[in-house]
Amino acid sequence: MKAILVTGRTLGQGLGLEMGKFSDIYYRNVATCEMNRVDMERLGVKEGELIRVSSGLGSAVLRVVKSFEEVPSGIIFVPYGPWINRIMRPETHGTGMPSFKGIEVEVEVEASRLSEIPKIDELLSRG
Amino acid sequence: METFTGVTCPFCGCLCDDIEVTVEKGNIVKVKNGCAYSLTKYLNCNRDRITTPLIRENDKQVVVELPAAIERAAKILSDAEYPVLYGWSSTSAEAIGLGIELAEEVGGAIDNTTSVCHGPTTEALQELGLPGCTLGQVKNRADLIIYWGSNPLQSHLRHMSRYTIGAEGRWRKSRDDRTLVVVDVRRTYTARVADYFIQVEPNRDYELITALRMALRHEEIEQERVAGVPVEDIEELADLMMSCEFGALFYGLGLTMSSGKNRNIDAAISLVRDLNRWTKFVMIPMRGHFNVNGANIVFLWHTGYPFAIDFSHGYPIYAPGATSAVDILSRGESDAALIISSDPAANFPRRAVENLFKNPLIVIDPHRTVTSMRADVVIPSAFVGIECEGTAYRMDGVPIKMRGIAEPPKGVLPDEEILKGILTEIRRLKRGG
Repeated sequence: MKAILVTGRTLGQGLGLEMGKFSDIYYRNVATCEMNRVDMERLGVKEGELIRVSSGLGSAVLRVVKSFEEVPSGIIFVPYGPWINRIMRPETHGTGMPSFKGIEVEVEVEASRLSEIPKIDELLSRG
Repeated sequence: METFTGVTCPFCGCLCDDIEVTVEKGNIVKVKNGCAYSLTKYLNCNRDRITTPLIRENDKQVVVELPAAIERAAKILSDAEYPVLYGWSSTSAEAIGLGIELAEEVGGAIDNTTSVCHGPTTEALQELGLPGCTLGQVKNRADLIIYWGSNPLQSHLRHMSRYTIGAEGRWRKSRDDRTLVVVDVRRTYTARVADYFIQVEPNRDYELITALRMALRHEEIEQERVAGVPVEDIEELADLMMSCEFGALFYGLGLTMSSGKNRNIDAAISLVRDLNRWTKFVMIPMRGHFNVNGANIVFLWHTGYPFAIDFSHGYPIYAPGATSAVDILSRGESDAALIISSDPAANFPRRAVENLFKNPLIVIDPHRTVTSMRADVVIPSAFVGIECEGTAYRMDGVPIKMRGIAEPPKGVLPDEEILKGILTEIRRLKRGG
């Protein structure tokens, strides 16, 4: 499924920063993806299951969570953080600012049942 | 046990200055008035803390004395051809000033976290100026509040209660005295409490602002919808903006990070300028880190530029896109880095992070961070506004003196002291002493 990715601040992500980047609260709140109900049905994915979000630069495995902030169909929302930054383009269009919002991505159900979302230290050591 | 009142919170750009903090034997035990972020920051400031300087030896970080860490940091910076000095938004204005001195001394590039939050705001206001005011003026006078691409109920938890719809101002006493408009791509928590919610399509803010400017001039918009918004709604919003007595536009990363970036802010400034033909209208960016505005302001005093400054020619060059941290790192141009009170390894795109890790890396931070895990030198620091004093600038540009109320871990110094130590050592190395 094609989607537009928007990343942003959430309360859980912000609190996670203060509890530490290696804390469980940060991991639980940031390695997630909010989706519209219609899109979840179309993709055949339920809350708590894993999806793979891909851009031209690679892919990130994230857990689908219930959205309290009503993401419109066709848009997915992921909190700012290292998991989603793995697939962000570094181009800044002469501004210094990469595009962290409004990115075209491909979303699919994570095929491997053994797949797990890597913890932060593992994520960066994978290269 | 001692209770401090009127303490300023070092979390976000609101710098709420009414916090009550109780300290027992140097540790914070109770916090009143703060939001969830504030409470979490104060009560967990000793969690995941770095308490001793570390140096990487044979691929392992080992504990060293502070002078050894400072010496190694100074050596790395003076040996480098083009180091990047990045972070600066969660420290004091005084430390930021020393950062500029350090960048000039080593001929490096210095950038603050503005470049990945309100950099586009800063670029636009360098060109056009920003029609702003203090938050106190908004609290007392504003009858129309707009949050555009900003979700304060997740990001700036007390902004609405202290300054906008929940605030009791001198002339605006209650919620009924103010109208709230939210423009966002999602129906956020903030959107749910708004009187008007305008749902804009991603990356189409520029078009919506342009259509609003046309509607103000009663020009015909030859479309049924612009950026996903029906033209009748755009015209209604334009009327609302023109007919208010004092309008305040607060905007967030929804505008700065989306397509158009600084040009979105150009357009927003032009909109607010247009509105001032009919009424009083102001705009204030919703700044994130508590002193990110201070980083811009101090950079400006010293160099004339607010972020992304390159000293490699001996004088300051400002060219966002060339001299900004993400660009320098993703092109692999730098050969060392000093990161202070920031965690780019968690926040930058992958290619920039990979290049950051390829070269010698110094981290100054109170916490263990993703960046510090891979650093060659780690120097622990005290929390500004909790364990040491310093000046910070609120999102509206008001400077506030932050106090030190608790004790840092033994032997841990403020950023200012650490930076002075590194500067002194670099100058000694340069003299060949």
